[in-house]
Amino acid sequence: MAIDDKTLEAILNEFPAKVKRSRKKHILIKNSDAGPQEIEANTRTIPGIMTNRGCAFAGCKGVVLGPLKDMVHIVHGPIGCAYYSWMTRRNKAKSEDPKKNFLSYCVSTDMQESDIVFGGEKKLARMIDDVVEIFNPNAITISATCPVGLIGDDINTVARLAREKHGINITAYTCEGYKGVSQSAGHHIANNGLMENIIGQGELEEPPAKYTINILGEYNIGGDSWEVERVLKEIGYHVQAVMTGNGSYEDLKNAHIAQLNLVQCHRSINYIASMLETKYGTPWLKVNFIGIRATIESLRNMAQYFGDEALIKKTEEVIEKELMEIEPQLEPYKKICQGKTTFCFVGGSRGHHYQGLYGELGIKTVLAGYEFAHRDDYEGREVIPNIKPDADSKNIPDLHVLPDENRYRLKIPAERMEELKKKIPLSYYAGMNTTMQDGSIIVDDLNHYETEEFIRILKPDIFSSGIKDKYIPHKMGIPSKQLHNYDYSGPYAGFRGAVNFARDVSMSFITPAWNFIVPPWKDKPLLEGSIEQCSEGVCPVDDDKK
Amino acid sequence: MRQVAIYGKGGIGKSTTTQNTVAALAESGKKVMVVGCDPKADSTRLLLHGLNQKTVLDTLRDEGEDIDLEDILRFGYGTTKCVESGGPEPGVGCAGRGIITSINLLESLGAYTDDLDYVFYDVLGDVVCGGFAMPIREGKAKEIYIVASGEMMALYAANNICKGIQKFATNGEVRLGGIICNSRKVDNEYDLLKAFAEELGSQLIHFVPRDNLVQRAEINKKTVIDFDPAADQADEYRTLAKNIDGNDMFVIPKPMVQDRLEEILMEHGILD
Repeated sequence: MAIDDKTLEAILNEFPAKVKRSRKKHILIKNSDAGPQEIEANTRTIPGIMTNRGCAFAGCKGVVLGPLKDMVHIVHGPIGCAYYSWMTRRNKAKSEDPKKNFLSYCVSTDMQESDIVFGGEKKLARMIDDVVEIFNPNAITISATCPVGLIGDDINTVARLAREKHGINITAYTCEGYKGVSQSAGHHIANNGLMENIIGQGELEEPPAKYTINILGEYNIGGDSWEVERVLKEIGYHVQAVMTGNGSYEDLKNAHIAQLNLVQCHRSINYIASMLETKYGTPWLKVNFIGIRATIESLRNMAQYFGDEALIKKTEEVIEKELMEIEPQLEPYKKICQGKTTFCFVGGSRGHHYQGLYGELGIKTVLAGYEFAHRDDYEGREVIPNIKPDADSKNIPDLHVLPDENRYRLKIPAERMEELKKKIPLSYYAGMNTTMQDGSIIVDDLNHYETEEFIRILKPDIFSSGIKDKYIPHKMGIPSKQLHNYDYSGPYAGFRGAVNFARDVSMSFITPAWNFIVPPWKDKPLLEGSIEQCSEGVCPVDDDKK
Repeated sequence: MRQVAIYGKGGIGKSTTTQNTVAALAESGKKVMVVGCDPKADSTRLLLHGLNQKTVLDTLRDEGEDIDLEDILRFGYGTTKCVESGGPEPGVGCAGRGIITSINLLESLGAYTDDLDYVFYDVLGDVVCGGFAMPIREGKAKEIYIVASGEMMALYAANNICKGIQKFATNGEVRLGGIICNSRKVDNEYDLLKAFAEELGSQLIHFVPRDNLVQRAEINKKTVIDFDPAADQADEYRTLAKNIDGNDMFVIPKPMVQDRLEEILMEHGILD
C-alpha cells in the first residue's frame, strides 16, 4: 500500500496543530512531476517528540575526532559523556606501531562537584600531563561537554599552554552538547578544528605517489574503509589520509598534498572538502562505495578525473575481476531478497547510499530519511544559497580560509574542470531526493510515533536505522538492520562488503524467529465495529441519512 | 527557627549590617548561626575577629566528602555560630553551584540544630543565577531583608532582587520582611526609602544612619556592639535587631517598572 496525501494527513492529525504544521514540512511524497520538492531539515526537534538525534559532543568527539587512532581524545566533563561515547560506533583501527593506537581507551577528566565549583582547568592541565607521560600520543584533542561551557573553563588556553609545554599538537573543541540542533553542529566544529590546527601542518610539498587521494567522510565502521582501500590500492591509488576512519594525525597533517578528495559522507565532512578546495585547490568528488553499481561508478569517475588511459584500463580490469568474484556469491541471496521492501533511515548519508545496494538485491526502498542532515543532503547543493541561516546555524562559526600562498595548486586546468563537472559530481552532491522513486516517502528526523505509523501502513520487510529504534520494528515482527554500526558485522562497503550485507540481510529474512511473533495486523482486524439494535423505532443509521 | 536572608547591591553594607544585627540579637540572648554565601568569605569577619575560618568548599576540596561539622563551624561573638560557604577565585568555576553544594552539606552535617533562634544568610550582590537564590529556595530562608540606600543603583538593585523574590514567593513560602536603609547621606534619604518600601508593598524596617564609628570598628575587626557597646550607633543596630525580632509584616513584593522607580526618585530624591 502506498501513502497518499490523505493518509499522511491522517497520520499527522494525531499531533497538536502547531506540531503538525512543523512536521508536515519535514515529510515529502516523492513526485517528479512537481519539480524540485522542498523539505525542511536541520531545525530543532519539538520537545516531547521521541527523536533519534544526538548532541554536538556526539558529532564532534563521537563521530569525527574519535576514530583518529594515534591521538588521545580527552573528554572534559563528568564521566557519563566519555563512557557512553566509548567504542560505540565500531570505527575500527589498526596501527603499524601497536603503541600508537589509543582507540580502546576512555579518557576523561571525570569532573566532580568541586571541579564544577572551582573550575576544571587545573584538572584538565594535570590530565594532559598524565596522558603525555603514560601514552605519549602523537597528538591530543580535548572535547568539552555541557558543564564546561556553563562554568566557562577556558579549554583553548589550557590546550595552548600544554602545547607549549609538551611540544605536541594539542587542540580543544568547544563542542558542548547543547550547541546546535543535533550532532551535525559537532561535525562542523570538528571540521573547523581539524582544518585550523592539523591539516597542512605536515611538511610534504609534493604528492608521494602518482594518484594521491584522501577519503573524506569514511569512518571505517566494521572495516568499510579497509575494503575500499584494498580496491583503490589495487588500481594504483595512494590513499594519503582517511577522514577519519582508521585515520591518524600523522597522515592527516599531510592531507593537503592530495590531488583529489573523495567525499563519502557529505554531511559530516563537506566543510573540510570545501575548505581544502579553497586553500589548496584540491577538487572533491562525491563518491559512494556502498553498493556495487555505485562503487563502480565512483571508481570510473575517479579514473576519468585523472584522465590517464592506463588508469582507466586498470580500473576496468579490477572492476571485472571483483565482479567475477562476487556475482556468484550474491546470486543465492538475491533470490531470498527479491521483491522485498525496506525503510532506510540513517544519519546524514547512509539513508541515501544504502538504497542502491538494497535495490541491487531486489529490495525497494519505500521510505528514506536522515536523522540530522541539512536541506542540501536531500535537495542537492544548489539549494545552499537559499538556506536561511538561523540562530542555531549562526551559533557555529564558519571558518573562512584563503588560498595558501605557497601550497595552492590548480590540480587540473580550469577548462577541463568545467568540462568534467558536466560529467561527474565534482564539488557537487545531488542529494537523496533525485534518486528516489515516485510515491516513496522522504522523512526528516523520523520519530517514534511516525515510525510506528509508517510501518503499520507500508509494512516493510526490513527496517534499517540505529540502536534507538531497532526494537520497535522487532516487536512488530519485522527484522531490522542497524546501518549506523552494522550490528557487529561488516564491512558492507565496496564489492566484498556488498556480499556481507546481502548475507546479513538474507539471514534476517529467513531466521525462524519471526515465525514466533505475529504482528497485530496479521490476526486482528484493522477496522472494528459493532451492530447496535434499533430501539423505539429510531434507527441511528436512518438518522444519519436524513 | 527563623531563617533570614540578607540581599542587596554589592558594597551596600550587607555583611556589616548583618553582623551588627546578629551581634545585637546574640547580646539579647538569641542563638544565631550566620552562613556567609559570598565567595570572598568575609561575612563573619567581624564576629570572628578576623578572617580565620576555613570555608566549607575549601574544606570539601582539601578533605573530600568526609567532613565533620567542627571543621567548618566556628564560634564568634556571643557564641554565634559562623560558617563561610566560600567559593572559587574570581573568574573561574561556578560560585552559584558552590553555594548550593555548601548549603546541602551543612544540612547533611546537621548544622541546623533545634536550639537555634535564627539562621542568617549573607548573600553576595545581586541574585545573578540560580545558585544565589539557593538560600530562598526549597523552604530555607522564609524572610528576606534587602539592604539599600538612597542611591539610584542601590534602589535599582533592590527592585531587581524583588523580582527574584516574587518568583520564589509565588511558588513557596519566602516573603519580603522589609527594606533596611544603610544611609549614604543622600538627599531626603529617609522619605525616599520609605516611599520605595511602601511602593513595593513592604516597609522600611529601620533607617541606620551613617557613622564613622562603623569604619573604626571594622578596622578593629569588630562589630560596633562589640567594639563600643555604649555608642549611639550600637543602639541603632539594637533597634534594627528588635524590629526584625518583632516583625510580623511579611509580603510578596510588588516590584515596579523602571519608569515608576524613576518617578519615585524624582518625587522624593531631590531636595528643593
